[in-house]
Amino acid sequence: MPAPPGITLKGQHRIGNAVLFDAVLRLPAGRWTCLLGRSGVGKSTLLRLILGLETGGVFSGRFTATDGAGLAGRISYMAQSDLLLPWLSVRENICIGARLRGQRPDMTVVDDLLHRVHLSEHADKKPNALSGGMRQRAALARTLFEDRPVVFLDEPFSALDAGTRSTMQALAAEVLTGRTVFLVTHDPAEAARLGHQIIVMSAQDMQVWPAPGTPAPRALDDRQAMACQTRLLAHLHATAAAS
Amino acid sequence: MKARDILLASLVGVGVWQATVWVTGAPHFILPSPGRVALAAFDSRVLIAENAWITAVEVALGLLIGTFLGVVTAIQLALSKTAERLMLPILVFTQSVPVFALAPLLTLWFGYGMASKIAMAVLIIYFPVTSAFHDGLTRIDRGYRDLSHAMAAGKYHFMRHVQIPNALPSLGSGLKLAAVYAPIGAVIGEWVGASKGLGYLMLLANGRAKIDLMFASLIVLACLTVILHVAVGALAARLTRYAQGVET
Repeated sequence: MPAPPGITLKGQHRIGNAVLFDAVLRLPAGRWTCLLGRSGVGKSTLLRLILGLETGGVFSGRFTATDGAGLAGRISYMAQSDLLLPWLSVRENICIGARLRGQRPDMTVVDDLLHRVHLSEHADKKPNALSGGMRQRAALARTLFEDRPVVFLDEPFSALDAGTRSTMQALAAEVLTGRTVFLVTHDPAEAARLGHQIIVMSAQDMQVWPAPGTPAPRALDDRQAMACQTRLLAHLHATAAAS
Repeated sequence: MKARDILLASLVGVGVWQATVWVTGAPHFILPSPGRVALAAFDSRVLIAENAWITAVEVALGLLIGTFLGVVTAIQLALSKTAERLMLPILVFTQSVPVFALAPLLTLWFGYGMASKIAMAVLIIYFPVTSAFHDGLTRIDRGYRDLSHAMAAGKYHFMRHVQIPNALPSLGSGLKLAAVYAPIGAVIGEWVGASKGLGYLMLLANGRAKIDLMFASLIVLACLTVILHVAVGALAARLTRYAQGVET
C-alpha cells in the first residue's frame, strides 16, 4: 500500500440558497479522524463530497491531498448498511470491486482477508445466512480488498448491538492501522475510543476536540477515553438543548 | 398456484357449468354439457392435439423472442440516458395503439403461417417485459451506486454484476404478465387469418355449429395457458430466490 496522504477540505456547501456548512477540515495522514455532530449538520455530506458522490447541493471550494496527487481511486468507502450483494457468497462479495472494474480478483488476497476478519468458515455462505456483525465484518474485508491508503467510514457500526459494535471497532482499528481514516459517527464513545483527532461539527464551525492522550484504539475502561466521552456527550447535549 | 387448488377450482367450474345447463335447459348447440364436450374432445383428440401443438409453439416462440427483445431493450435504456429519453415516450406511445388492431396488418406482412402469430405474441408481451425489467434495472439502492462509484466501477460491469441480478424479480413479474398475454396474441392472430391452431379450430367449429368442439378447443387453450402460467410462475419465484440469496 502506498503511503497514506492527509486531506484538507476548505469551502462552502450550499443547498439552494441555504449554506449547509462553511468549513475547513484537515485529516492527518495515517491517523483516525472522528467527526461528530447533530443529525442534518452535514457530516455525511462532507464525506460524500470528498468521495465525489452526489450531495444534492453545490460546493465551492477545494479539497486536496497533502502529497499533491489527486484523490480519485485512493479512497475506499464503508457505509452504515453493509451493501453486500445478496446473490453473491461472502467470498464473491469481498472481491466485487475487482469484478466491477473488469479485473480478475486475486483469491489468495480474499482468503487472507477472510482469515483476518474471522470469516473463513463462512466464505461460501450468502449474506442472508450471516448475523449483522458478520455482515459488517464482510463489508470491512471488502473495504480492505480495495487496498486504498484512505478509508471513509460513514457510521459503519451504528446498527450493531453494543457488544458487536465494540468488537468491530477493535477489529477495524487493527486492520486499518496506518491508513488515513475518516469516521463519521453519532457515538461519542466510539469517537473517544478510536479517534487520534476528534472534530465536532456544527453549522458555524469545525471544533477540534482534545482527544484522549492514550494511544488509540483505547481500552474499554480507559479513563481518559471515558472522560473525553463524558465531556463530548455533555457538549452535544448542551448544543441540542440550545437549539 | 398449487396443483390441488387448480384441480379444486376446475371441479367447481365444471359443477357450475353443469348446473347452468340443467337450470337453464339450454340446447346443446348453445351451451353443451361438460360430458358432451369431453366426448367431443375425445373424438377429435388428434385434431385438437395437432392444432394445440401449433398454438403452443407460436406462444413459446413469441415468449422467447419477446422476452429476448424486451430484456435487450431494457438494458439498453438503462445504460443510455439518451436512449431512455428518446425511446421511452415512443414505447409508451406505441402502447396506445391496440395490438389487436395490428393483427390484420401482421397477417398481411407475415402471411397466414405461424410467423404472423408469433409476431403478434411478441408485440403484445414486448412492452410489459421491457417496462418491468427496465423498472428493476433503474430502481436500485443508492448505496450500491455510491459503493460502485467509490470502487471505480465500469458501467457495463455494474450492469452485469449488480443491476441485472438485482432486477431479476422485476423481470419475473414481467414474465408472469407475458405468460398471460402471449396466448391471447397468438389466438387473435389465428382468428384474423390462419389455417392451423386452436384459434382457427374454434372459428371452424363455430362456423360448422360444432359448439362442443369449440368448447373443447377453448378448454385446451385454457389448460395450455394455466400450464404456462404455472411454469413461468415457478421460474419467476426461482429468479426472486436467487436475487434474495435464498438457498434453493
